[in-house]
Amino acid sequence: MYIIIVGGGKVGWGAARDLLGGGHEVCIIEREPNTAWAINDELGEVAVLGDGTEVHVQRAAGMARADIVVACTGRDQANLAVCQMAQTRFGVNRVITRINDPRNEPIFKAVGINAAISATSAIVASIEQEVGTSLVRLAELRSSAFALLEVVIPPDAPAVGRTVRELRLPPHTVLTLILHPGGEPEVPGPDSRLQADAIVLAVTQPEHQHLLQRILTGTA
Amino acid sequence: MRVVIMGCGRLGSTLARELDGEGHQVTVIDVEAAAFNWLDDSFSGRTIVGPGEDIAVQNLAGVPSADIFLALANGDNRNAMAAQVAKHIHHAPRVVARIYDPERAEIYRELGIRVVNPTTVLDRLVRDAAFEPEPPTDS
Repeated sequence: MYIIIVGGGKVGWGAARDLLGGGHEVCIIEREPNTAWAINDELGEVAVLGDGTEVHVQRAAGMARADIVVACTGRDQANLAVCQMAQTRFGVNRVITRINDPRNEPIFKAVGINAAISATSAIVASIEQEVGTSLVRLAELRSSAFALLEVVIPPDAPAVGRTVRELRLPPHTVLTLILHPGGEPEVPGPDSRLQADAIVLAVTQPEHQHLLQRILTGTA
Repeated sequence: MRVVIMGCGRLGSTLARELDGEGHQVTVIDVEAAAFNWLDDSFSGRTIVGPGEDIAVQNLAGVPSADIFLALANGDNRNAMAAQVAKHIHHAPRVVARIYDPERAEIYRELGIRVVNPTTVLDRLVRDAAFEPEPPTDS
């Protein structure tokens, strides 16, 4: 596949290296000359020097034939512009964006850019996991309003000893895996029973997350 | 009318002063507090320091209840993002963005934003000034 990455900082550079290793054709658009030279030095001649939000630079990079465009700059307004220009001007079907400030996520969603990766949110989720809160948001499922959650069932939770059927889960919510305290995984059915310290993977919509948390852990 | 203006440069401050003088309720947003020096003492509107494309900053500036949002900062990408936040998140009924780049101006028009493109406007004015025949001098 032909993949154009706009922004050759740490994220864009790392993505390019991996994609090249996977046998893809890659072009990085980078506006800082020193960074562009360093990329060409390390990865081969893959960098194009220029402002990746300018149509003539995008055209020169061959955006019209790109299968995927990845917006990886450190500025969310530039990333939004890259995505919208790739879609509108060049008819690129798959655009992926980095979001620097998680508070900007709603505008990307509102204009239909669903493949958005927020490094900050990912790091925050990892920290939560390490700190050990009972619920961690593992991932946003691609192009949908669903999230994958990991919940640890506390010993004093009302869910302990109950079956999935008895839990009365919120709408559009599915438990996809129970990892029992003994380490035994189970694909849950209505009669599967939850034990203390079990780990549950659940898919739900953000608006039901708090209710789900209350049902499974007793706190929200 | 309630008007929120992002960008207090020459254009933003001129419009802010005019609209304020005409009795509109004006709020100006700029990333630099020093930009508000462009406004004079008679300006009776509100000023807010912060990035105007930020959803929370727009909330603070009252965009959700504004009649008009004008994106007049210097960067095209910032104006485009701010305009779309005002339109799609805060549902401002009238949103205008200044976009210098004619190609990007066209793209955002297709995406439903009201765009003013200074480059094409100036192009016309400069052409007129350059090729207009001199008025006959009466001597």
